[in-house]
Amino acid sequence: MTSLLVIIVLVLLSVALWQLTKIFDLTQVGANADNSQVANDNDNYVQGYLMFGFLTFIYVFTIFGLFKWSHLILGTPASAHGAQVDNLMNITWVLIFTVQAITQVLLHYFAFKYRGKKDQKALYFADNDKLEFVWSVIPAVVLAGLILYGLYAWTNIMFVNEKEEDVMVVELYAQQFKWTARYSGEDDVLGKANVRYIEGVNTLGVDLADPNAQDDKVVSELHLPKGRKILFKMRSQDVLHSAYMPHFRAQMNCVPGMVTQFAFEPIYTTAEMREMDFMQEKVAKINELRAKKSAELVAKGETALDPYTFDYLLLCNKICGASHYNMQMKIVVDTPEDFKKWLAEKPTLIEEVKTANAAPAPAEGAPASKDTAAKPMDTAKTAKVSAPAAAKPAPTKAVAVK
Amino acid sequence: MSAVAHDHGHDHDHSHDHDHEHHHKDTFITKYIFSIDHKMIAKQYLITGIIMGVIGVGMSMLFRMQLAWPEESFKIFNFLLGDKFAPNGVMTNDIYLALVTIHGTIMVFFVLTAGLSGTFSNLLIPLQIGARDMASGFMNMISYWLFFLSSVIMVSSLFVEAGPASAGWTIYPPLSALPQAIGGSGTGMTLWLVSMAIFIASSLMGSLNYVVTVINLRTKGMSMTRLPLTIWAFFVTAIIGIVSFPVLLSAALLLIMDRSFGTSFFLSDIYIAGEVLHYQGGSPVLFEHLFWFLGHPEVYIVLLPALGITSEVIATNSRKPIFGYRAMIMSILAIAFLSTIVWGHHMFLSGMNPFLGSVFTFTTLLIAIPSAVKAFNYITTLWKGNLQLNPAMLFSIGLVSTFITGGLTGIILGDSTLDINVHDTYFVVAHFHLVMGISALYGMFAGIYHWFPKMFGRMLNKNLGYVHFWVTAVCAYGVFFPMHFIGLAGLPRRYYTNTNFPLFDDLQNVNVLITTFALIGGAFQLVFLYNFFSSIFYGKRTVQNPWKSNTLEWTAPIEHIHGNWPGEIPEVHRWPYDYSKPGHDEDFVPQHIPMKEGEEQLHH
Repeated sequence: MTSLLVIIVLVLLSVALWQLTKIFDLTQVGANADNSQVANDNDNYVQGYLMFGFLTFIYVFTIFGLFKWSHLILGTPASAHGAQVDNLMNITWVLIFTVQAITQVLLHYFAFKYRGKKDQKALYFADNDKLEFVWSVIPAVVLAGLILYGLYAWTNIMFVNEKEEDVMVVELYAQQFKWTARYSGEDDVLGKANVRYIEGVNTLGVDLADPNAQDDKVVSELHLPKGRKILFKMRSQDVLHSAYMPHFRAQMNCVPGMVTQFAFEPIYTTAEMREMDFMQEKVAKINELRAKKSAELVAKGETALDPYTFDYLLLCNKICGASHYNMQMKIVVDTPEDFKKWLAEKPTLIEEVKTANAAPAPAEGAPASKDTAAKPMDTAKTAKVSAPAAAKPAPTKAVAVK
Repeated sequence: MSAVAHDHGHDHDHSHDHDHEHHHKDTFITKYIFSIDHKMIAKQYLITGIIMGVIGVGMSMLFRMQLAWPEESFKIFNFLLGDKFAPNGVMTNDIYLALVTIHGTIMVFFVLTAGLSGTFSNLLIPLQIGARDMASGFMNMISYWLFFLSSVIMVSSLFVEAGPASAGWTIYPPLSALPQAIGGSGTGMTLWLVSMAIFIASSLMGSLNYVVTVINLRTKGMSMTRLPLTIWAFFVTAIIGIVSFPVLLSAALLLIMDRSFGTSFFLSDIYIAGEVLHYQGGSPVLFEHLFWFLGHPEVYIVLLPALGITSEVIATNSRKPIFGYRAMIMSILAIAFLSTIVWGHHMFLSGMNPFLGSVFTFTTLLIAIPSAVKAFNYITTLWKGNLQLNPAMLFSIGLVSTFITGGLTGIILGDSTLDINVHDTYFVVAHFHLVMGISALYGMFAGIYHWFPKMFGRMLNKNLGYVHFWVTAVCAYGVFFPMHFIGLAGLPRRYYTNTNFPLFDDLQNVNVLITTFALIGGAFQLVFLYNFFSSIFYGKRTVQNPWKSNTLEWTAPIEHIHGNWPGEIPEVHRWPYDYSKPGHDEDFVPQHIPMKEGEEQLHH
């Protein structure tokens, strides 16, 4: 309702402005018979000054934004490679702000300074090879630097040598609209899987006959040990999803029919992250807002909001359906000891299936058709396409991944 | 056809008698509806584009309201969306995605491709190169009517029961292929695909016509290096369109096959709604490749015409030659070439080989060089000019400003490493809206304000133009500048509401601010609409060359005639940018004025 009012006000405002311009037109009638609708000296004068004013607006708005909203952006990265990403980001920002500051000044200042006057004549200046050369070469050199740094960082982040590095393999499984994780267990190899094996509690379609699958554990809350590189293997059951873990500067699409991957090493536990100054400030601010909102809700007779405590999150970041906006999973980074303890308490998938089968009623309408299930797809090939680094040094492992 | 017809039968005395006009008997239908005259077709494109623009911008205002005041009840939602999609005035999540999808589709294709390029290519190519009409007026007419048909189909998809296409304007399968996955992927998506297939046919016919016309129908003396930069931009845009649109058509056809005929081009291993689907062996990544092979050049299909218009408007209103004419042509060509080999930067995280990511980072950042050259050339053109700050000029300066601001953040998104964390967040939304959305819209507005007298024989009201520009300029930055911050905070795009993430609670105030600017900016487009439609009928009558411009279209009479010029087509003797040339009394020397004796060509 309020915004309807806002819109009405806006419409009235525009009518008022339109009338103002009419009046402005009328006041000019006597002064000067110029009604050609082509800018005259007076227009150039006014618009030139407005251009200068607009320059001030851009600057003030930018500075205001930097002061007011800088605290909103993600703070200290929680992954080992995050520092490199943020460093490159900061260098790029310095460059961007420098170029932006200079070019916007020149553009708007020239528009103001050289605003047309009746007796002024423009300089006939058609080209200058030296200038063109300078402003082609400078961006080229600067960009070459950025490209090199960027490619170096990209290669470090994306190419993981599973054989040489001590990585823990975890599967992220996406479906409308939830995430599930699967740990590869002691052997660090995920059992093969395909949607055609989905049946009952085996919602991830793991091939239960695969020896590598025997120690796999399926969970709905992702726990990670601090200080160990995690290699995520992503799968999707239905449509495209994207596993986005903003605090870790990590993201990768989940694609039905293939396995994608992304690796990072968490460097702060959830508890450590909560203790950080910037995070405490952020959480305090959010809770202040939530308290205000809660008061309003309670006044309306609705339930209050829970106070917020920080947790790492995995979000879906590729449009995946109506409830895309609420597809999330909590991530907890533990110390290695706590992590071990937590994982040990979790049952393996095989055990879960056994318990489920032991229950009296048969699985409610086993959906996966048996005939197609008989022929598990050789996903090693797709894995090779999607994750060359994984497949190259360790072919045996790559096959076993899925 | 008419081009030939008019070459005969006219005496060569250059007299401006208007007798000859009447040997075509135009009925209402042949003049206003099934016209084969490029000027009328341009107007048809423009008005259709504006109507689609009103729909597209209106949708964005609706979903901006939802984002600022999530799940609150607004009467207007219920009024426009109905009880099904806005029960009690609360927008549902299905229709939110549909609005986002159709907003993107309409703005990119129907407004900024057809409305901008279709309008001004049609209007200006024959007039500025000195041709009687397009190479094929008939094909031109079909091109418009296919566009009209596709617009009608796209709009009609809004009234489908399960809702229009809602898989995002990029329509990635499997979401767009499976009605089980989202309601809009049923009939709505079918209509979307049919509409786009027709649109592509329309666009191809238009583009082929533009290319042929520019190559074959230039008047005597109009060498390629004497073409106005507008024509260069339209010409190259048409070539990019011809190269890339068929790829989208093939993607659309394959998707239709997957949807309706059980093939598996893009689908594999899918378990949805409790059953395994039969699809096997396809890959959604293949679709992404095909889509972005058009999708990225599309950005330049949208932007280059705007840059071409700006070049012309800035030079004319600065009373100065455009700085670095040849460098401008080179940069258009470089941008066009590079634009076809950078599509992968939309797919760094799609699961394609990361090595490809490195290659695409490299090519993408290269494109910054010609773009920088263009920006610097515009700024230098202003330097020591005698700027006539007409509304068209303001929009052109505004374009350079947003082109720089939006372009610079492209350095972040084009860098695969940095893309990891901002991919698909509001940072991307801010970036592309500034660099291609707002910039191209400014280019379109600049073109409308500048060539309105040529199209309708009347002037737009300049004061309304000024109000329109300044409010739009402030609101455009007001909307998209803060959006960078919420993107850097990790807020994903295409979320119906952010309330499920307390993490994002502190972004809500910013969202309210953005929406406020969006609503004001959107409302002030009414000023433009009023100015546009009232000036068609009641605007001040124009003089033949109101902006004292050099290009050939201003040598044609105000009154539109089939064939553009009575008598002979003017011959061209110089380039189009002899503004304020020393040795001339006036500060402009139109292209058809012969060189004086001993006059030197001062540019390279």
